[in-house]
Amino acid sequence: MSDETKTITLVVNGETVTRLVDARQHLVDFLRGELGLTGSHLGCEHGICGACSVRLDGDVIRGCLMLAIQADGSTIETVEGLTASGEVADLQENFVERDALQCGFCTPGMLITAAELLREITPRTRTEIREFLSGNYCRCTGYHAIVDAVETTLNQRLETTS
Amino acid sequence: MKSPKLTYVRTRSVAQTLELLSKHGDGANILAGGQSLMPTLNMRLSKPDLLIDINQLDELSGITVEGDMVRIGALSRHAAVLGSQIVAERLPMIAEAMPHVAHVAVRNRGTIGGSIALADPAAELPACVVALDATITVESVRGQRNIAAADFFKGLFETERQPDELLTEIRIPCQKPGTVHAFMELSRRQGDFAIAGVACAADIDGEIVTDAKLVYFASEDRPTLALNAAAAIVGRPWSEQSRSSAMAALSDDLDPMDNLQGSSAFKLHLQRVLSGRVLDQAIDRARAQ
Repeated sequence: MSDETKTITLVVNGETVTRLVDARQHLVDFLRGELGLTGSHLGCEHGICGACSVRLDGDVIRGCLMLAIQADGSTIETVEGLTASGEVADLQENFVERDALQCGFCTPGMLITAAELLREITPRTRTEIREFLSGNYCRCTGYHAIVDAVETTLNQRLETTS
Repeated sequence: MKSPKLTYVRTRSVAQTLELLSKHGDGANILAGGQSLMPTLNMRLSKPDLLIDINQLDELSGITVEGDMVRIGALSRHAAVLGSQIVAERLPMIAEAMPHVAHVAVRNRGTIGGSIALADPAAELPACVVALDATITVESVRGQRNIAAADFFKGLFETERQPDELLTEIRIPCQKPGTVHAFMELSRRQGDFAIAGVACAADIDGEIVTDAKLVYFASEDRPTLALNAAAAIVGRPWSEQSRSSAMAALSDDLDPMDNLQGSSAFKLHLQRVLSGRVLDQAIDRARAQ
């Protein structure tokens, strides 16, 4: 009934995978180590920095604050999946255009978090964008350019839909 | 760092969960949202014999109106509480507090029951449930207990919940006509741990404050109900003078702990400033009603 290891089956970026995992392994170590999806980064490993953000059943979560064993039966999307689907292509272009990354360590987490904000095409103030991203640390840019890139993407999408 | 070796079980019912808690007691940890438990595991600050994952227990989720109360299942995610129309309409204090509860990725996973059971002194929800006279339900194989929020918090990360008990739901009285709610917090960034904060529920008749509950967090080892500050303003019209009296009286209620966020004196100063602001806001809201 209780286990130190368990075989789990989940859908990652659209593909069903089955693996034997240690109960203690957190989700991002599983994604990086077992599946080779190294887009999700490990920063603090205690839920502060946001670099490990991934999607669980459609919502952004901290990949270091969930065990892989808990993801049995769920759907996970990483930055690789979001990139492949084209969902964040415009956001990624605006990040590049606006130099919203320097070292790039925080970028996958920023993209996944911003993608959740952009799910709703509704006008947002810069303060709202900043607050939405407040759980993701960037140590290079000073955030200004990141907020610019998200704001530009939102405005472009608002124009397209109106 | 990585978590120590773990034994894990995903439970299928409340009954099974209670059996396991009864058997393992202190040695087991309930894994709900895990947003505070997982960091302690990763940092090797805790090493439970057994991790009991209750995330599949749908019966512990959900927000419903029952008479003049709102029932919030313990496993309701912060994001669900934040997005709830019932909470927005009937529990404006909770609605106002939720945006301060961590960041979006943590709110998608963290639960109201987890926050209350953990009893972090800097957390928003424990202070709110004390200010709102909520009732907290815990269950074990020995039976069910309903505990007044005011009696639930015992100290630093300590509560009335016993090791074999599972927190199952919170019942919160709806806001009544004539009562106004207000919530304020100071932190370095939105969603970070609070440096100071207060939850306020006040009855206001015309300009007269007839009752006031002021509950402070991020100061002492548990939410602090400030009786002296309240006594300084009750029975009087709100004025610059009662504002000053409440701020002065607060030092008889509150002796904040020093921590990395600031010294005791600094925190008391901030709580005084927040007291004036939160009462101003409560009065404004009463006038607008």
